[in-house]
Amino acid sequence: MIEIKGLSKIYNGERVVDHADMQLETGTITVIVGTSGSGKSTLLRMINRLIDADEGTVLIDGQDTRDMGLDALRRRIGYVIQDHGLFPHWTVARNVATVPKLLGWSAPDIKARVREMLETFQLDPDRYGPRFPHELSGGQAQRVGVARALAARPDMLLMDEPFGALDPVIRAQAQDELRTVQKQFGATVLMVTHDMAEALSLGDKIAVMNAGKIVQIGPPEEIVTRPANPFVRSLIAATDRPFRRLALIGLEDHIVSGTAQGPAIAPDASLADALSQMIWSGRDALPVVDAQTAPDAPAHKIITLRDVLRLGQAQ
Amino acid sequence: MMGRLFPWVLGAMIVLFLAMPQLFAPLLRPFASNPDQVIYDRASLMALTSAHLLLVAMGIVPAALLAIVMAAFVSRPGGADFLPLSRVIVNIGQTVPPVAVLALTVPMLGFGTWPTVCALFLYGLLPIFENALAGFSTLPQSVVTSARAMGMTSAQIFWRVELPLAAPLVLDGLRLALVIALSTATIGSTVAARSLGEVIIAGLTVNNQAYLLQGGVLTAALALVLHAALQGLTNRMRRKTGRPLA
Ligand SMILES: Nc1ncnc2c1ncn2[C@@H]1O[C@H](COP(=O)(O)OP(=O)(O)OP(=O)(O)O)[C@@H](O)[C@H]1O
Ligand SMILES: [Mg+2]
Repeated sequence: MIEIKGLSKIYNGERVVDHADMQLETGTITVIVGTSGSGKSTLLRMINRLIDADEGTVLIDGQDTRDMGLDALRRRIGYVIQDHGLFPHWTVARNVATVPKLLGWSAPDIKARVREMLETFQLDPDRYGPRFPHELSGGQAQRVGVARALAARPDMLLMDEPFGALDPVIRAQAQDELRTVQKQFGATVLMVTHDMAEALSLGDKIAVMNAGKIVQIGPPEEIVTRPANPFVRSLIAATDRPFRRLALIGLEDHIVSGTAQGPAIAPDASLADALSQMIWSGRDALPVVDAQTAPDAPAHKIITLRDVLRLGQAQ
Repeated sequence: MMGRLFPWVLGAMIVLFLAMPQLFAPLLRPFASNPDQVIYDRASLMALTSAHLLLVAMGIVPAALLAIVMAAFVSRPGGADFLPLSRVIVNIGQTVPPVAVLALTVPMLGFGTWPTVCALFLYGLLPIFENALAGFSTLPQSVVTSARAMGMTSAQIFWRVELPLAAPLVLDGLRLALVIALSTATIGSTVAARSLGEVIIAGLTVNNQAYLLQGGVLTAALALVLHAALQGLTNRMRRKTGRPLA
């Protein structure tokens, strides 16, 4: 268990983190959300002592982090930095191997582990392992960053907006992988995100930060149903933005040819209507049929989930 | 392609000339004042070239060590206070011309190698320091922070991350300093240091253009080859990390 007690950081007389209190149960995921500049990264970095706290303490299983060796402390806490921070002069494989190497694992163990981690995050080890970071897309680099943080099976993981550059489909996959890996070795995760939807789907607990303070912390249901103040309410309200956006787009311009089973949708419906039908009936494509067509004629015009997700994305 | 090949061809020519200078005698004969004095023979050109390179190394190696250590130190949070002092040191090295350094140091160090080594050392500090400083102070912060976060010790971070990432710029400075030192070393022969300057000075005193050419062209060729070799090395490093070529 990680206990954060009265943690504060003061820059130029301003409390950018203000008496933060938090308990992270072993094996759970806690997600911090909050506006830009609210102190999320600073809070995260005080836990592995990249930044020294001005007030307060961090206890790991009851032991004060200030009494632990700095390097040993950091080697058991995986850290994913906001803009991946991969070593540009090392290959992807060498990057992922960083902490296992520092811990003195044997070469075959390291090699096997690197393969396993890359595969876990959908990166073919033979193809991507020998590449240098500048030869990756932003999303691939982020996944390598997460793989690197998890490589040495840390029992704690601090992640600063790890999936910010991923498209919705890959992001959902990466979230699944993170959850699987986290369950596998029961890691305690503290993750920062700007994305309330991500927080709601990943977090066992959500902490909302504003101007250095933790304004509410609790399970997702509580955050959604009983927001502690107007600020938290406004963050929740922002989460259905993609639905509002989809509701404004008619689906007729996005019909593709193909086949799909089940009840059809009318071409004048919106993408939001299509999405809700897909979710409700568990399909990833719907036939599009207008009033003139006989209802049981084979459908060749469809609308796909992939297109709906793409069109709902922030631009 | 020509550009790639050029340093190799030039390097091969240098080796050939040093091994068998007589082969080049027909080329130089038209410039000789006396047909018996075409190729400098008061000392072997091979020995002089080696002495010349040794002189440069004796000046630039310690200059590089000092300048790089200073740059690495002042570019970290604890060392920033020493930046002005370091700048003063390297600027003094640059503003006093090498000839003046020779004049000032001969009374203390005597004739021979040491005054020249001293001049080359001082003259090499500035370009190496400034380039290394640029290298160490423009390291991508998220990369260095990642290294710390993963539990690398300060020494590990320096050797495995900071130095390799700063290396292309450090080598840029080293290249500049070496090229300057290769030509500057010739003046060492005015205070009896063994270098290719000896050939040039002999050419001046006996008014023999063939000697002047040998000494001058050989020195220039060495500088060009060294320049190209280091440039190739840094370009390879830059390409690997995906940074633009200089
Ligand atoms: N080294 C520093 N010196 C002075 N002020 C700082 C420093 N680091 C951060 N700050 C300030 O502290 C505040 C919190 O920064 P922090 O990086 O923790 O925000 P954040 O919540 O992670 O924001 P974002 O979502 O944009 O990443 C900001 O106002 C920032 O300007
Ligand atoms: Mg941040």
